[in-house]
Amino acid sequence: MKSIDINEKSPWQDITEGNKIFESATSRNFCTGEWRTATPEFHIEKCKQCLLCAPVCPDSSIPVKDGKRGEFDYDHCKGCGICAKVCPFGAITMREGK
Amino acid sequence: MAIRERLSGNEAVAYAIKQINPDVMPAFPITPSTEIPQYVATYIANGEIDTEFIHVESEHSAMSATIGASAAGARALTATSSCGMALMWEELYVAASDRLPIVLALVNRALTGPININADHSDSMGARDSGWIQIYAESNQEVYDNFLQAFPIAEHPDVHLPVMICQDGFITSHGVENILLVEDEKVKEFVGEYHPEHFLLNNKEPMAVGPYAVSNYYMETKRAQREAMKNAKKVILEMADKFEKLTGRKYSFFEEYKMEDAEYAVVIIGSAAGTCKAAIDHIRETTGKKVGLVKIRVFRPFPEEELAEALKDMKAIAVMDRSEMFSATSGPLGAEVRAALYQAKSNAEVVNYFYGLGGRDITVEDFQQVYANLEVMAETHEVKGMYDYIGLREK
Amino acid sequence: METAYQFKEVMSKPERLAPGHRMCAGCGGTITVRAVLRALHEEDKAVIGNATGCLEVSSFMYPYTAYEDSYIHNAFENAGATLSGVETAYRVLKKKGKIQDTYKFITFGGDGGTYDIGLQSLSGAMERGHDMVYVCYDNGAYMNTGTQRSSATPQFADTTTTPAGKVSSGKVQVRKDLAAIMAEHHIPYVGQTTFTSNFKDIHTKAEKAIYTPGAAFLNVLSPCPRGWGYDTSELMNICKLAVDTCYWPMFEVVDGQWKLTYEPKKKLPIEDFLRPQKRFSHLFKAGNEDLIGQFQMEVDKRWEELCKKCQ
Repeated sequence: MKSIDINEKSPWQDITEGNKIFESATSRNFCTGEWRTATPEFHIEKCKQCLLCAPVCPDSSIPVKDGKRGEFDYDHCKGCGICAKVCPFGAITMREGK
Repeated sequence: MAIRERLSGNEAVAYAIKQINPDVMPAFPITPSTEIPQYVATYIANGEIDTEFIHVESEHSAMSATIGASAAGARALTATSSCGMALMWEELYVAASDRLPIVLALVNRALTGPININADHSDSMGARDSGWIQIYAESNQEVYDNFLQAFPIAEHPDVHLPVMICQDGFITSHGVENILLVEDEKVKEFVGEYHPEHFLLNNKEPMAVGPYAVSNYYMETKRAQREAMKNAKKVILEMADKFEKLTGRKYSFFEEYKMEDAEYAVVIIGSAAGTCKAAIDHIRETTGKKVGLVKIRVFRPFPEEELAEALKDMKAIAVMDRSEMFSATSGPLGAEVRAALYQAKSNAEVVNYFYGLGGRDITVEDFQQVYANLEVMAETHEVKGMYDYIGLREK
Repeated sequence: METAYQFKEVMSKPERLAPGHRMCAGCGGTITVRAVLRALHEEDKAVIGNATGCLEVSSFMYPYTAYEDSYIHNAFENAGATLSGVETAYRVLKKKGKIQDTYKFITFGGDGGTYDIGLQSLSGAMERGHDMVYVCYDNGAYMNTGTQRSSATPQFADTTTTPAGKVSSGKVQVRKDLAAIMAEHHIPYVGQTTFTSNFKDIHTKAEKAIYTPGAAFLNVLSPCPRGWGYDTSELMNICKLAVDTCYWPMFEVVDGQWKLTYEPKKKLPIEDFLRPQKRFSHLFKAGNEDLIGQFQMEVDKRWEELCKKCQ
């Protein structure tokens, strides 16, 4: 049984043995972006790719590839605003709401 | 050819461990089980086994480390007694819920309050609801034989549950008896290599163990655990069969002694069964009265239907508990045997005796008195109260 | 062993803590986990342990694990012992040729599970010298159960079990110095750190802790916006104030040698750290100046002692 097929309607026979999960990072299937009350916006034109925003994200929602950050992972970003605060270039601003 | 030896129960368990050569053994000293880790440490010190010993700083950590090792993919075990197991309490449930095939060599000893180092079953009986398979022994031979069957039962894919191999503190753990040991190669073949399907150190897929499971999942998880315990009944008998083919020694959920024609039965767990057998032989020889014994080997899973079948036609039954559960009525074995008999619509008179708490001796004469009492109960159809004591001083 | 810190390269490594966990917005705990796991070399596998706490109930809520690596949670007080078992299994299975890959062993516990209920298990694991790292994400209280006082809680903090009231000024006692206790186990590596702008300090220490053979302990100040009472976005400012006031010195103990890894150019008064946090707001009421003075004296005393050790 794969974790994606297990849900609150699953019969006991489909619960994995000992509640063990034999996959990695299944939490990606859970959308915490719903929680946001404020949303960071990424202004790529102002970004100098210093990456100071990337390690401060508690939700691994600022993807970095080959030394460059990409767009926010809005499926998971909870809108805490730490990234906006540390950006030295005003490339991240917060707006109210989702 | 089997090897003839003279060993104490602790030596017998340690010898079985040596023959099995498990991967990891975390353990903490406590009387009367201390000798088991001592012997294992000596085997390790002399290069006789590959087992890694973890010198944990408590029994809680002993079971915690055993759980970690087992989840990682190692064959892991520990040994303890009494308060040591009480300190593991939380972890017993985790081991069972994580469905880890751990083996615990338990040398039964009374729980503290007041401190006492002698045999009774309050430690393991308190853990009867923890989800562990519990197998008890009358003699050193039995504890050795049970121990050899423990990993094959625990690791069976239909089971994946921890197993507690219990023996009575000092009475068997320190008492030296003649014993037949199985040859090393045969043990290796019987127990087999351990190849878990899922484990933390599996490079093909990661594994996550021990989640927070909300109400949506907890109940189904427990139901699945029950299924494993039900499956264990079948597997325990399969392993007993296999073991009989190997050694000629026969095991089941319980042993029936002189029960073919019995009218009065004692139900008991552990070493005192030997004393009871002596009483039965004496009574049958001198009076011809039809007395018998059911000695429980497997208490978890509880062989309810099989027990009821063996006992339901008795005129009177004495269920003997070597631990209190302070319900102010029956002890744990008493309550469960009574429930089994009720369901089987038995008319037997049933009395529950507490005996041997904190290592109090029980004698052949005591058992003779028990059978005499059963006769009176059967005649009068009167059982005074739900329970009574054997060997208690009273005004 | 120590490689020069290449921030951009480090940040480009594949993420080992997945999103979708249920930690609060702005949580310092998962920032710690991400930072420590980034120090793992990509080719190495790991088993992550975890004491019960916020991190556990949020990062492995059935059937959702946030970990790329294998993970084990057992209970509250036994993360040290549990990982000891895993690490020992690794050694014996490797010896027997049953596994080939290189695994590293890292366990996370909050301060409740580490300073308090898990101290014995941690001490045992460190004393036995298992090749593992115990990381305490220290947020100074039992946050998972609702901000109760722990032995890591700073003096005068208002918690739900040491509430500031008419006759109470919050927690009475000063906090336990766990990093020093761990150093006294004579293990090869102890580090204390928190988050700095490019995360060099925590990264370097995590890498040393993971790749130094034997037992290692890492204490990471991991602010909790909910328990401390500050706006989530302020996390990095709070960390900066913690180190610049010397409330949370950053140091390491390598084979018994103490070394400061950061010295503030100008040591700021402790008020600067206390003022932005609601848990200390009662200290700023008129008449409580002496309490702040007491706090300052404690910080100064510990800083001086630390500087002596680091000479």
